[in-house]
Amino acid sequence: MNINRNIAWTYFIASKKMTMVAILGVVIGVSIFMFMNSMAAGFDRTSGESFFKTTPHIRVYKDDKISQPLKEESNSKTLIVNPKVVPSINTIDNPMDWVKLIRKQKEVTVVFPQVSCPVFYNNGKSQITGTTIGFDPVEADKMFRISTFTVQGSIADLSTHQDGIIIGSGIAEKMNLLTGDKINMTSSKGINLTLTVVGIFKTNNSKEDKTKSYVNLATGQQFLKENNAYVTDINVNIDNPDRAPQVAKELTNLTGYKAEDWIAANETYMAASRIRKIVIMFISFTLLIVSSFGIYNILNMTVSQKINDIAILKAMGFNGGDVIRIFVYQALTIGALGVILGVLLALILVQALQHVYIGGDIGYFPIRFEAWVFVRGIFIGLFITFLAGYVPAKKAAKVDPVSIFRK
Amino acid sequence: MILQVENIEKKFYDPIEFKVLNGISFDIERGEFVTLVGKSGCGKSTLLYILSTMDTEYSGRLVIDGEDVVGYDQNRLSAIRNEKIGFVFQFHYLLTDFTCLKNIMIPALRLGKLTEEEIEFRAMEKLRMLGMEDQALKPASKLSGGQQQRVAIARALINDPLIIMGDEPTGNLDSKNTQIVFDILQELAHVNKQTIIAVTHDNDFARASDRTIEMMDGRMV
Repeated sequence: MNINRNIAWTYFIASKKMTMVAILGVVIGVSIFMFMNSMAAGFDRTSGESFFKTTPHIRVYKDDKISQPLKEESNSKTLIVNPKVVPSINTIDNPMDWVKLIRKQKEVTVVFPQVSCPVFYNNGKSQITGTTIGFDPVEADKMFRISTFTVQGSIADLSTHQDGIIIGSGIAEKMNLLTGDKINMTSSKGINLTLTVVGIFKTNNSKEDKTKSYVNLATGQQFLKENNAYVTDINVNIDNPDRAPQVAKELTNLTGYKAEDWIAANETYMAASRIRKIVIMFISFTLLIVSSFGIYNILNMTVSQKINDIAILKAMGFNGGDVIRIFVYQALTIGALGVILGVLLALILVQALQHVYIGGDIGYFPIRFEAWVFVRGIFIGLFITFLAGYVPAKKAAKVDPVSIFRK
Repeated sequence: MILQVENIEKKFYDPIEFKVLNGISFDIERGEFVTLVGKSGCGKSTLLYILSTMDTEYSGRLVIDGEDVVGYDQNRLSAIRNEKIGFVFQFHYLLTDFTCLKNIMIPALRLGKLTEEEIEFRAMEKLRMLGMEDQALKPASKLSGGQQQRVAIARALINDPLIIMGDEPTGNLDSKNTQIVFDILQELAHVNKQTIIAVTHDNDFARASDRTIEMMDGRMV
């Protein structure tokens, strides 16, 4: 073993109790850091997953136009206008051409047109208000993975049943419906249709489950009293959801229609999520820093206790770098042990919390093992340990042996 | 010539400006056994620390083994101390967390020229020479003052330094042990051709050495 490490190890052993306390500090700091960050990552992941069950990465639609004042000419009088939404149809012109064009863009993975229509589900004399979405079930399943949360029937049955419908579990419960039953619905345009339930889904978002239903595109258009070229939205999914804002901008430029990414569409939620992330980051980082105080303390103490040793070592030919290495080794030994035990404790915590049932829309606690969180924790933990050791080590390196021997 | 000192001067500034060394010049040959004597406060320990390269705040010229070390940075001076100079201090100064054997081995491990086994073998040899082999594995803190002093001498010898410096190397020893240490130092000087420079208060010790440099008020007498 290298002599510097050998000396460091001897000092490490010599002050067992304080070393233990310092290690314990790192263990707690590192494990809570990893645990909290796993939790933050888990929250993000589950909310992302539940978002993308109903929201595309990018939605292309025709935005409402606000009326513009008439062109002002220099010799005309000022015209006062009351800006308002220009009445126009919300359809995208030639939707299939746009779909083909968007599909050719790079990064784009899934594209399909859809219509959405406010409807009433008629249940005897009472009515349930909701929305029905019309789309091509095969493409939609690729995007929303509807088949992963259908609890009865299947999305494939929608393709084979032109008059089929998939309803949320909340609606099914209220109306006491099973697959194969008939459901009568009235649209906002006054169209009344009776459809066959081919599937029931449960997204864990109770609002969605209580209001939403999926039908074929043609049925949706029928509800809206429109022809088969009528499409209100084009849904687009891309490789990396985080790139949605950039791609949305490109699509706006390409089509001239409004392309809205999921982040912009859920501004409030995203802001709340950002705040949560900052708070978790701040707390976990503080813990990690506080945990390094133990190391700083023990090293400071060792340096002042061993000031004679340091002077002798320097007299025998150890240079400043050697002295720094001795104390940094000692700090890193404490840090490494703390980090290893901290990783174990964090794994146990994550494992334990995974089995805690929260209930509601979330189910089990949304936490999972995230490798990058652990890797980051290990690096930051060791880095802070290094700093906590380096500061006292630097002090030790500056010890002037002559002034010690003269005392 | 192993050590050349030319016109060395040093001042202390605290609490008041005070010239502690004033124009010290001498040469020491290889294999010489030199003692520095003088009343306390005459600057002999200060001179020894300058010769040892640990104190670098002085003016003048210091040549060790043909190298003019004035202006060397700390790392180069450390390397010189490690390889060419051995120390024996007034208050033995062992590392108390280590065994005697380890204490002796540390300078050689730092130098890193030999394997650990070879170093251990040599360290045991030195201990045997000083009659301390049965204490080898005891922690340094468990030894008596005289024993610690002998371990410190063994440590100073481990790298076969050109120069061995002692600040009262026999200060804590009884007359029997003093004689032992003296004989060892003399043998090192005359047989091994290692140079010995020792600060001492012991007049018999000084008289028996090859050469005595006497100091008074920062000057050589």
